[in-house]
This record gives sequence, C-alpha cells and structure tokens, in this order.
Amino acid sequence: MPSSFYILALFTIASGFFAMSLRNLVHCALCLALSFLGVAGLFLHLNAGFIAFAQILVYVGAVAILIVFAILLTHNTEEKKGESATNLVLSIPLSAAVAAILLNGAFSTQLALRGTGNTAPSVRELGTALMTSYVVPLEIIGVLLTVALLGAIVLALPERSSPPEAG
Amino acid sequence: MTAVEQVDQVFVTAKRHVVDLAPLEFQPIISVLLSIIPILAVFPLLFAITTILERKGLGRIQNRLGPNRVGPYGILQPVADGLKTLFKESVQPRAAEKVIFFLAPVVLVIPALLAFSVIPYGRNMVPLEMDAALLFFFAVGAGTELAVFMAGWASRNKYSLLGAMRAIAQMLSYEIPLILSAVPVVMLSGTLSPAAIVSAQDTYTATIAHWNVFKPWGFAAFIVFLIAAAAESNRSPFDLPEGESEIIAGYYIEYSGFKFALFFLGEYLGLFAICGLGITLFLGGYTAPFSFLNWIPSWIWFFTKLLALVCFFIWVRGTMPRVRMDQLMNFAWKFMLPMALINILAAAAWRFVPILGFRWSISALIVATGYFALGEGLTQKGQYGKRTYKFAS
Repeated sequence: MPSSFYILALFTIASGFFAMSLRNLVHCALCLALSFLGVAGLFLHLNAGFIAFAQILVYVGAVAILIVFAILLTHNTEEKKGESATNLVLSIPLSAAVAAILLNGAFSTQLALRGTGNTAPSVRELGTALMTSYVVPLEIIGVLLTVALLGAIVLALPERSSPPEAG
Repeated sequence: MTAVEQVDQVFVTAKRHVVDLAPLEFQPIISVLLSIIPILAVFPLLFAITTILERKGLGRIQNRLGPNRVGPYGILQPVADGLKTLFKESVQPRAAEKVIFFLAPVVLVIPALLAFSVIPYGRNMVPLEMDAALLFFFAVGAGTELAVFMAGWASRNKYSLLGAMRAIAQMLSYEIPLILSAVPVVMLSGTLSPAAIVSAQDTYTATIAHWNVFKPWGFAAFIVFLIAAAAESNRSPFDLPEGESEIIAGYYIEYSGFKFALFFLGEYLGLFAICGLGITLFLGGYTAPFSFLNWIPSWIWFFTKLLALVCFFIWVRGTMPRVRMDQLMNFAWKFMLPMALINILAAAAWRFVPILGFRWSISALIVATGYFALGEGLTQKGQYGKRTYKFAS
C-alpha cells in the first residue's frame, strides 16, 4: 500500500473526527467539507477521476454549502456551555450497529484498494454503462430526486390563510 | 516542420529541450514545473494589465480620464496598486475567527489557479491532459463558494455575512445554467476533454471555421454561458455580492492589505479561467476563424480571444445597470435554466436530423421558440410593469 493512501486516509478520518467533535457547528461543517475532499482524493487514488470530480462538485460544492446554510438559518452558532446531548444508553448500541453494518459491507466487497492502471473505465465507458445496463436504477434515482424536490417546494410554499374547501 | 509550425510549437519544443537537458529522474518534476510556472507568471500579469485596461476603459465610457499619473498614460498604475496593497497594514477584526479569516483568500485563489491547468492554450499546449477535464474545471470552481462563505462568516460582520449569503445564492443558481450550457458541446463532440473539443472545431467549410458558436444551439449556449459566467465571477451587472452602494464590498469588507488584493486576484483569475473555458467550448479554442489566417500561431489566437472577451466584460460593466436581487433569482431559475434545457433539446435535434438544411432550421426553431416563450413568461403577470415606489412619491 503506497504512503499516499495512508496520508489521504488519515486526512479523511482526522477531518471526519473533527467534524464530529468540534464545538462550533460551522467549524464542523467546514471539517466535513475537508473530509469530502479526502474521499475525492481516495477516488482519484483508485484512478476514478470522474467520480472524484463529481464527488467534489456535488459534496463540496453543494452539500457542504447546503449544510452551512441549514446551520446558519436554524441554529445559533454560538457554543453552548454545560449542555451535553449525549445519551449513552441509546447512542452506544446504535453506533455499534451502524459500524457493524458498514464494516460488514466494507470487508465483504472485493474492491481493489489501489489504482488498477489502464483498466480504470473511461468517462465514455461509464456513460455507456449508465445508459444501457444501469438505465433503470438511473431513471429511478432521477424520479426519486424529482419527487424530493417537489416535496421540498410543497413544504416551502406559503400556507394559505383559509383551508381549501373539500370536494 | 515548416516555419509556421515551428513558430506555432515554439513553447512545446522549448519545453521538450529543457526537459531533455535534465537528468532522467528529475524529468517528470521539471516537466510539471515548466507547465505550472508559465501559468503563475502569465495570468497574474494579465490581471495587472486587465486592471489598468478596466480602469482606463471605464473612464473612457464614463467620460473621464481614468488613472493617468503613474508612468506614461498611467500604465504603471498596477505596480503602484500592488505596492500599496503590499505595504498596507492587514487589519483583522478582534472578533474574527483567526484561522478561517486567514484561510479564506487562500482557498479562493487556489481553485482559480487550478482551473487553468486543463485549458488548451495552443496546439499541444494543455498543461494537464485528463479524461474528465471539463468536470475537473467545474469541480474546482465549486471550492470558491466555500471560500466566500468562510470569508463572510469569519469576519463576524453582518454586512459581510449578508454579502456572502447573496454571493453563494447567486453562484449556486448560476452554476446550473453554466454547466448545462456546456452539455450540448459535450454531447456533440462526444468527449469531456477540452483539447478534443477544440480539435473537433478545427475544420473549415469555405474558409469559415466550424466553431460551435456559429451553430444555433452553440449560439444560444454561448449566450447562456456568457451570462452565467458574468454571474459566477460576480461581474457587473451581477455584482450584488459586492454591492458597493449598500453592503460595501460584501464578503470581503473586513479584509485589507494584501488579503484584499488576493480577493481581487481570485476574482479576476476566475474570470480569465471561465473566459478561457468559453473560448475552448464555443469560440474554437486556439483555432483561427478563417482558414487563410492559420499562419498566425495558435497561442496568439487564444490570448487574443481571451483579451477580447475580457474587454467585452469591461464594456458590459461600464454600460449595464445592476440587477435587483429578485430579478437576479427569477432570471436564473425562470429563464436561464429552462433555456439551457431547451438548448440541449436543440442540440439533440442537430445530432439526429440527417439533412443539413433541416438540421439548421429545426435546431434554430427550437432555440427561437424557447427564447420567445420564456421571455413572454418572464415579462407577464405585471412583474416588470410600471415601477411603483413605496416610500417616495
């Protein structure tokens, strides 16, 4: 395993750790963006350039900004002292279960951890695969996202002052 | 090689000679350095030239002289400006988040510089050849939004946070039409690599080049791209994030000295990069518009087009009033986005209609119908009728 992998992995895990543990929520969001960047680096390490750039475009460019907006619009960013939201009875089994599922998935796949040189698919092959073998999942995801978007718009619409008459 | 080709490839051959001189184990790193250093040298220099060009040009448009004290005709003004910002004290608000406040300008400039690595500046002059280079360009551009937020939030100033929020909302809204306007080009050249997109436009019919902008879908996409590019790089008429009259420079209000200059540098570098991408996608990159002009070296063509586009943006800045925030958002979501989508339809028609005449008319018809229908939709409902004043009568 080359050292670049360890550097990227350490970077990703460390920024993920800080995203959980820092007290200021905006700092957490920025660390989360850093860890997204680290994941993109890991994709690049596997020779998957397209996925890496899509990861940056979607997660660093849109999701991180969305999180930041959500924090600023809903939450007081000043740190609250002496207030702890930990519930050990609930959180330990829950996080253990999530970790078990993720680790099971990670160890049962046969994915290569190293770039496989010329065998990495080009953008053209990716596009062809998405439009032929995987066209149904792609379309389903498209419909799902559209439904989610419409739902968000319906939720955000200003409520009518008088309820619409039935029938 | 003929003499014309030699002049055309002068930088490529020079680089190869220098790399050959080095010992074998240093050759990759020297090759990389020789690609990076020209970018770092040329574009900040172009930034200096553009500032004087902009101030002189705006002065001309506004019927005044512009800077004329430093050097002959004021052409040394950028040097004076640079020295001034270097020597100025860098003031930091006491309440500011120190680390993020410091990092924000750096995070802004680095993506802008990275974006230059995939643009073809001339024949065989792409610093970084990649399969998904176009996506790389848009991906690094996404980093700027985070930098703007960091600057606005870390300053602990309500005006800078307001400016940052405006800037991010604007950048997110206009990023979608920007990317969608590049989609038809990718569809019809069948590649994400800028060098391949340029060479697809490097053919001539009756001495006129096959640039994408000369086709109906390409023309519409180019207009959408230009407007979105102006909004992405916070240029007038979309300079609300700065809003000199209401929020006094927006997200970088608290920055001074060289950090302030870095914000300016990042903004202009972003403008150059996006102009370079527009040239690559629509204006034939480094190719000549007419085949009898092919003797002019390709890199001269690229930089001529770049300067022309920059001058265009200066001209727009000097002559267009700033739009309002609601107009800005309405325009992005109700006109630009559907227009870009309709344009993809026009590009598909272009791809699948076999006869040349039909292809032109159907594609042009789709673009024109979309344009007029969307324009009707925008102007109706009395939204932009006679202006009413709430507080002044």
